[in-house]
Amino acid sequence: MALIELSAIERVFTLGDSEVHALHALDLTVEAGEYVAIMGPSGSGKSTLLNLLGLLDRPNAGTYRLEGRDVTTLSAEEQARVRRERIGFVFQSFHLVPRLTAAENVALPMMLAGIAPAERAQRVAKALADYGLADRAGHRPDQLSGGQRQRVAIARATIMRPAMLLADEPTGNLDRATGEDVMALLEGLNAGGVTLVVVTHDPVLGGRARRRVMMEDGSKAEDTGDR
Amino acid sequence: MRSADVLRFAAGSATGYPLRTFLMVLAMSIGVAAVVMLTALGDGARRYVVNEFSSLGSNLVIVLPGRSETGGFNPANAITGTPRDLTVDDAQAIARAPSVLRAAALTIGTSEASYGGKLRDVTVVGTTADYFLIRGLTVAQGRILPAGDTGLSSSVAILGAKVREELFGAEPAVGRMIRVGDRRYRVIGVLAQSGQGLGMNADEVIVLPVSAAQAMFNTNTLFRILVEAKGRDSILAAKDEAAAIIKARHDNEEDVTVITQDAVLATFDRILGVLTYGVAGIAGISLAVAGILVMNVMLVAVTQRTGEIGLMKALGAPGHTIRNAFLTEAALLSAAGAVLGYLIGEGGALALRLMFPALPAYPPAWAVIAALATALGTGLLFGVMPANRAARMDPVQALAKR
Ligand SMILES: Nc1ncnc2c1ncn2[C@@H]1O[C@H](COP(=O)(O)OP(=O)(O)OP(=O)(O)O)[C@@H](O)[C@H]1O
Ligand SMILES: [Mg+2]
Repeated sequence: MALIELSAIERVFTLGDSEVHALHALDLTVEAGEYVAIMGPSGSGKSTLLNLLGLLDRPNAGTYRLEGRDVTTLSAEEQARVRRERIGFVFQSFHLVPRLTAAENVALPMMLAGIAPAERAQRVAKALADYGLADRAGHRPDQLSGGQRQRVAIARATIMRPAMLLADEPTGNLDRATGEDVMALLEGLNAGGVTLVVVTHDPVLGGRARRRVMMEDGSKAEDTGDR
Repeated sequence: MRSADVLRFAAGSATGYPLRTFLMVLAMSIGVAAVVMLTALGDGARRYVVNEFSSLGSNLVIVLPGRSETGGFNPANAITGTPRDLTVDDAQAIARAPSVLRAAALTIGTSEASYGGKLRDVTVVGTTADYFLIRGLTVAQGRILPAGDTGLSSSVAILGAKVREELFGAEPAVGRMIRVGDRRYRVIGVLAQSGQGLGMNADEVIVLPVSAAQAMFNTNTLFRILVEAKGRDSILAAKDEAAAIIKARHDNEEDVTVITQDAVLATFDRILGVLTYGVAGIAGISLAVAGILVMNVMLVAVTQRTGEIGLMKALGAPGHTIRNAFLTEAALLSAAGAVLGYLIGEGGALALRLMFPALPAYPPAWAVIAALATALGTGLLFGVMPANRAARMDPVQALAKR
């Protein structure tokens, strides 16, 4: 059973009279543990695809099976639960809550899941130590460097031990060296078994993935993993 | 999400934006403070009047000459012509009624009193010994009017505390002769200091036997007859007996008005009570305004935190969790405003009491509870719309906004 199975996905945005087919007749299968880079020109539908995979958006047509279950028909409440337990997001602009410390930001998903404070503290401390942020636990995002911020965001995305990590241009706001570190971190997580889907413009970063999906006008133009 | 976490998270968001929080708490607290203070003022005025009336004496029934004072205008009385005068004999007849403990005739006028070349205007109260007992007046020096003495025989006077001070200064007054009008009286007593009494200040009067005062003012009539019933239960009986006695003595005409102190008190109580409610209502409007401000501020908060809301959704927060977080925040801010406003209001009431010591300006419990409940209620009510807006937000668009 594949982790992700998209078939005949359509995503149409209506802007006044005109319709934008952000995704069109898209099929995609991703096995558990895969490392996929989604690439392609601007406006080709990469982010739209990632939002769909993350259940932040619904397709206009087609089906999305996640771990064998059709998730397009789930209620908003059930989708939120799936996001909480199975999916981790990493954003280009980090999306840390500015008034919360690094530790509190990392604890956020566990707080939403209703995990007891004692267990939260323990898991946060371990995660921060794992990502080399132990001495930054009490810092607010504006007291952290870009690379540290993204590491906090990754710690937050993985704290619930999700099945897949979705990253939209995770290095877009970082310099090359820091970006490489972050990618290495994500790849390490992938090596530990987490399915990793990364959207990137950067052919060098994309080249590190075992599988590359090239998008064009809302469809796959090329997929190195196609069998 | 655990409720403790919701609370902590909401408190964190509230303190994360101090200016916004300050404004909202301020608006709410002004509303609550207004209600607390204005009702304290209204209720204080009510209590003041009620206390003043109570200090006139207990179980009191008052007989006034004339028919229409509180009963409204009655055309039948207009035809029957001038009412008969109330007389000292009327008062003595009432005093013998079964439910009546004592009755005091009362006549009032103004005159001049002089002693040793010092002269001043005084209010002359002509009455009997019973008056002192009914009103609970005591003397600081000397004694009260002798019982049963209506006064033609003896020319005695009792001075109010202030009158004594102005006429005699440091000299002893009891036993001296003073002139009131064109007759001389022996001072037999000085009233204890009483402070302000309703309508008439007992410190500035000279009390004479009733017949002496009537002779001075060249009249037979009385201003009032004050009647003390035997107990609380016999007030109404005393009232009816007094009315019946006067009617029988006045050729079967009801030409007097008999009121009970309780009835007067109840009327004042009601009028000032309604006034307090009205004032509370007006102050309540400022709470509604505060509620609208809460809504605006929360709407701004939702817009300000769009990115955060998107993130929370991406992390798996369902809509109701986000709504709860924002509602809790609105409730916390309103509660803070309510508590602060309550403290300010109590402070204001305290200031009122310090400025006007006679006024018992304490906010009534109902007003405090209503103000606090309304503050919380409006905060929640006006918080619902912004919270729902946050809960319904599209996560993709929310995340795109930075
Ligand atoms: N909410 C929306 N309303 C209307 N059109 C949209 C919306 N979101 C995306 N689109 C359109 O859908 C198409 C795909 O957008 P998408 O954001 O997926 O592109 P992308 O591949 O991520 O581009 P980039 O590399 O610039 O991030 C674009 O033409 C875009 O204008
Ligand atoms: Mg994009």
